[in-house]
Amino acid sequence: MLAIFAVQLTLAVLVTSVFACIQYRPLLFFSSGHTNNWAVLVCTSRFWFNYRHVANTLSVYRSVKRLGIPDSHIVLMLADDMACNHRNPKPATVFSHKNMELNVYGDDVEVDYRGYEVTVENFLRVLTGRLPPSTPRSKRLLSDDRSNILIYLTGHGGNGFLKFQDSEEISNVELADAFEQMWQKRRYNELLFIIDTCQGASMYERFYSPNLMALASSQVGEDSLSHQPDLAIGVHLMDRYTFYLLEFLEDIHPSSKANMNDLFKVCPKSQCVSTPGHRTDLFLRDPGSALITDFFGSVRKVEITMETINLTEPIQQTYSYVDQLPVSEIIHQKPKQKDWHPPDGFILGLWTLILLVFFKTYGMKHLKHIF
Amino acid sequence: MGLLSDPNRRRALISLLTRLNAPICVVCYMAGVAWFMGLAFEPFTLRTYMSENAMGSTMVEERFPAGERALGTGREFSAHKKKAGGMPVDWLVKTMQSRGLEVFTQRFSRRLPFPDEDKERYMVKGTNVYGILRAPRAPRTEALVLSAPCSPGDDNNQAVGVLLGLAQYFRNQVFWAKDIIFLVNEHDLIGMQAWLEGYHHTNTTGMDWSPLQGRGGSIQAALSLELSSDVVTSLDLVLEGLNGQLPNLDLANLFYAFCQKIGVLCTTQGKLQRNDWDSVSGYSHAVQTMMLMVMKQASGRPWGDHGLFLRYHIEAATIKGINSFRQYKTDATTIGRLLEGMYRKLNNLLERLHQSYFFYLMPSLSHFVSIGYYMPAFGLLALILLLRALDLWIQLATPPPRTEDGVADAEQMSSPGVLSVLTPLVISHLTGVALYTLPIHFQEIAVEHFPVSETEAVVLTAIAVYTAGLALPHNTHRLLTGRGTENGWKVLKLVAVLYLAVLLGCTALINFSLGFILALTLVPVAAFVTPDVPKALSAFIMVILSPACTLLFSVFLFQELQEMPVSFLDGWMLYLSVISQGILDHALYGSLVYPLVALLVYPCWLLFWNILFWK
Repeated sequence: MLAIFAVQLTLAVLVTSVFACIQYRPLLFFSSGHTNNWAVLVCTSRFWFNYRHVANTLSVYRSVKRLGIPDSHIVLMLADDMACNHRNPKPATVFSHKNMELNVYGDDVEVDYRGYEVTVENFLRVLTGRLPPSTPRSKRLLSDDRSNILIYLTGHGGNGFLKFQDSEEISNVELADAFEQMWQKRRYNELLFIIDTCQGASMYERFYSPNLMALASSQVGEDSLSHQPDLAIGVHLMDRYTFYLLEFLEDIHPSSKANMNDLFKVCPKSQCVSTPGHRTDLFLRDPGSALITDFFGSVRKVEITMETINLTEPIQQTYSYVDQLPVSEIIHQKPKQKDWHPPDGFILGLWTLILLVFFKTYGMKHLKHIF
Repeated sequence: MGLLSDPNRRRALISLLTRLNAPICVVCYMAGVAWFMGLAFEPFTLRTYMSENAMGSTMVEERFPAGERALGTGREFSAHKKKAGGMPVDWLVKTMQSRGLEVFTQRFSRRLPFPDEDKERYMVKGTNVYGILRAPRAPRTEALVLSAPCSPGDDNNQAVGVLLGLAQYFRNQVFWAKDIIFLVNEHDLIGMQAWLEGYHHTNTTGMDWSPLQGRGGSIQAALSLELSSDVVTSLDLVLEGLNGQLPNLDLANLFYAFCQKIGVLCTTQGKLQRNDWDSVSGYSHAVQTMMLMVMKQASGRPWGDHGLFLRYHIEAATIKGINSFRQYKTDATTIGRLLEGMYRKLNNLLERLHQSYFFYLMPSLSHFVSIGYYMPAFGLLALILLLRALDLWIQLATPPPRTEDGVADAEQMSSPGVLSVLTPLVISHLTGVALYTLPIHFQEIAVEHFPVSETEAVVLTAIAVYTAGLALPHNTHRLLTGRGTENGWKVLKLVAVLYLAVLLGCTALINFSLGFILALTLVPVAAFVTPDVPKALSAFIMVILSPACTLLFSVFLFQELQEMPVSFLDGWMLYLSVISQGILDHALYGSLVYPLVALLVYPCWLLFWNILFWK
């Protein structure tokens, strides 16, 4: 009698424990919060001597495709065509390593915005989704509130701006506002922003929307340097930061557990000469828990189960978008740098003094000429 | 009250100006000369650097392999040249076609106004041959030119050989974004002028040429190669072009950068660069190099075949191979590589060279002085003229002090008539026109009556007219207005000084060297000549400082600077040939030095001569 009861008890405990594990698997399943991945890769400079910017963008494109994001989820914007440039001694190729080790152009590159279509306006429209109805799907960023987006920008930049095509600029304020629009329209779950330009850190200074993580290749006041020239082609092939980023990404495979803290270590000052920077204060998760493949890859977790699972309990965290962060505090985080003006009373007094001296010297009779 | 409207302050300023005028003028002159000499001092110069972003650094791999074959081609060319007795047109056309270029020829002919004794030609007929290497993938909108002259005798055979070798090598590359035109021109500058006129559809010098059948788009840059030996010890860069125009400094920077990369010895003005700028000999070396450039620029003649490109806003330079007695020699393959590197970099250009300076002086190939630094030297000299003009204006405006003789006062108070000023002006300019037109027009008459050749006739007529001008004008004003009034010469001098200031200013803007050299000699004359100075001495000094004598001294100085000093007789013959070359340059290529001197500077100087003999 007792033995049967004991067996029943252990069986019950086993079943409930097994049942409990399955019960909690949805939580594990949705722990990262995203269900699809997008990438927006932009090269903003044209002309043959800016070969390295196109090579940068194409290397990131290559890694992102290799890790699983399909072309339909990548918006690739290249401002100039290096592969078919008349000056390219190896036509139809763009190399990222000298001695022509790695051709990042290949034969399955799909460029969505090319040449003069890469403008600030088009970039912002892609981000915010405000495109004319005739725009084809390949040119749209059709992300939703469960998308993780990787945004990579490269080109020539300065303190607070990025130059597009030699004729216009995008400022860090515009970029921050675009991301806020995306947040309010629920166009992303988490966003990773990487920029490889001179003084790149200035571009993420003004962000104030939640769930943004940013990396830049150099701090304000520093230049990002190019890596290596290829004498046969006659130009610099890559920028240093993206070169070491590419090396790092080549070791990542779709099931890799490397996380963002490893990404922050890419290209220390000894290799990059400039100091790469990153910003994680707006990111709600711990960066150590965010995997590289959360942004660079398109990993789908698939678990086959024969059981039916009752999702009776709602998931604990409620995502109320607008109130998630004290936005007003963040916007006014940095004290605005005001130029010093002398106090107003001082200026008034100064002018009164000047007028008095004038009238004393030249006599009050001049008053009638003034008034 | 304002500074100039307050009468007290005005009087103080005016008296300051009149009292200190001569000392300030002297100080300005010394300062101007010292500033000019100081330009060559190395701490006052800037190092050259590449300004054009598209050209970047010397980051190409040069792989030209066929130097020896190029020299062999050069020898073939020389043999065919001897056989044809001129340009071997058929052989050149066949060779270029076999290298895959599109080949065209152009015939031209020109009768010189008088025979050229230096190059022994009068009736010039020739053919230019050029081959176009079409860019494999680019539209035919832009072109680069590489040219080598076909010279009589044994000169420049290796240049044509290297040109053909490079043509073959370039044809095998796919990275050309511009067409490359390989040009072999006959009769050096005349042929080049015909080709450029045909290419750009202009006809400014009255030459006869057949139209060009093939074209390559707008020319972005051109290099002319002069190479007469199989090995060279150094490469010389020649920049000065027609009317003293210089190519963009980036072209010189490109050449220097590649010389350093490949390790070839490079010079400018034929003078090697020295490192000891703080020693006296180092500084004088830099001064010599700069003075050579100044004199070459002032002569207004193109010193290489590239000189004629500059007028069409095409940056061009000539590279000369020099074989002197040095141990380290450079072979043709290295020269080919240097040219290949330069052309690959020029290929990367997106627009014409415009980022660097167009007006500069080079005391050495690695240092330059830009217009902002050298113009104050001229400004100080021009200031003297303005001070003198102000002084004369003040003197003319203040009434003279009363004397007892009222009659003399009344005479002096009358303002001089316009005629007494206009007459010397008109007569001086007519003499100038005579100096410009008579030598060429009357050469036949001169040859009939005197036992001289045509060239000598032209030159001697010019000198005769110049000397006759000394005697002619200064008597006429006495015929017109009686004894010259006191104010008459002052008004004339005021007009003449302002005229000279404007003339020299405009000249210095276009051709700084010419303006500066003329200013150096004419400004003292203009400042200090009055009817009251001792006549004989000042007449002598004025003749010494006149443009013709300046030219004579410049010829001797030029020979000294090139370390080939000449005796007086040789120098005189050289001087005569310089005058004839100047007149020929004007007739053939449109050089402006001869008309400027004959029609404007010489009459201005005659005005001052007139003032000297006013009484």
